Amino acid sequence: MDWQALSNEVSNWLFLTLVAGIPLYRAIRKVKVYETFVEGAKEGFQIAVKIIPYLVAILVAIGMFRASGAIDQLSALLAPVLAWIGMPPETLPLAIIRPLSGSGANGIMAELINEHGGNSFIARVAATMAGSTETTFYVLAVYFGSVNIRKTRHAVPAGLVADAVGILAAVWVCRIIFGAS
Amino acid sequence: MLNVIWLLLIVLAVIMGAINGTTTEVVTAVTDYAKIAFELALGLTGVMALWLGLMKVAEESGLVNLLSRLIRPIMSRLFPDVPVDHPAMGSMTLNIAANMLGLNNAATPLGLRAMDDLEKLNPTPGTATNAMCTFLAINTSSVQLIPATAIAYLAAGGSTHPTEIITTTLIATSFSTLAGIVSVKFLEKLPLFQVQPVEEEN
Repeated sequence: MDWQALSNEVSNWLFLTLVAGIPLYRAIRKVKVYETFVEGAKEGFQIAVKIIPYLVAILVAIGMFRASGAIDQLSALLAPVLAWIGMPPETLPLAIIRPLSGSGANGIMAELINEHGGNSFIARVAATMAGSTETTFYVLAVYFGSVNIRKTRHAVPAGLVADAVGILAAVWVCRIIFGAS
Repeated sequence: MLNVIWLLLIVLAVIMGAINGTTTEVVTAVTDYAKIAFELALGLTGVMALWLGLMKVAEESGLVNLLSRLIRPIMSRLFPDVPVDHPAMGSMTLNIAANMLGLNNAATPLGLRAMDDLEKLNPTPGTATNAMCTFLAINTSSVQLIPATAIAYLAAGGSTHPTEIITTTLIATSFSTLAGIVSVKFLEKLPLFQVQPVEEEN
């Protein structure tokens, strides 16, 4: 079966069930669906406007960092550590960029898969890494920004620990299941 | 913390740009990304309005309550500071559910709504609460059940069994979510991360 088509079909129906099902459920309970929807939707614009400054700040910094090419130096610096934990050095730029930028991570993942082939160990590790971690900085900046929080306390270290563990776990799980090449 | 990392990213970009001879690219990135950020926020507006509207309907129909009652035992342990019947419990539940199902479009608006609800419980505006940090730790550790994007890239790259990474991703993401929760619960007790008392203003 074509996986992509199936996955697409499932998420389409999931989406439509929610969009139609929620108002329907409410209508069965005999209350004004349309008015309630509009009332909730009004907040959408305010939230979007509120996050603009935070989004600009974080994305400009990330964009500059990526454009400078500093990731290559950082990778070279960390290479000996990687050899020790058994992580393919090719996947390091992906691990560094993942908490910063989702589209950047997808770009690097696509490059790795193209270069090494879809069935290679590196491709499997890269895909597992990308799937099991999040764009931590983007989420933190936007979520905290939306409620004007500037003192983020332990949120950043905790998010980074989760990312680091996700990346290490991805490497180890792939080594155990697919075997290192 | 976000302050330090933000500054570090910018300063490193300028220094490394000069060393690597990529200063022009760095300069272009400044204006490019400022524009991208605005377009992203603007693009989010429509979807945000849609999901916040649906959320309101779901909330008033009791659907949210029903869902959050189901996983109340877990949620009340994760968020001891949030009253069990507070709206924040409902919106956080919906956001986590959307994340698990991979509905990224819905996850952000629901998550921002959850932050708004959590902020109503915040005694020190401007400073994050324990509940917010825990919520974000779960959020940023990725709890997606099916990594559709990664599978699509693998399939496009000629993988014969792209779905084989579902298992590895599920295991890895369980570890990262667990690590996120354990570390957020551990770190919140450290003196370094205590909430500073609000200064009296006259």
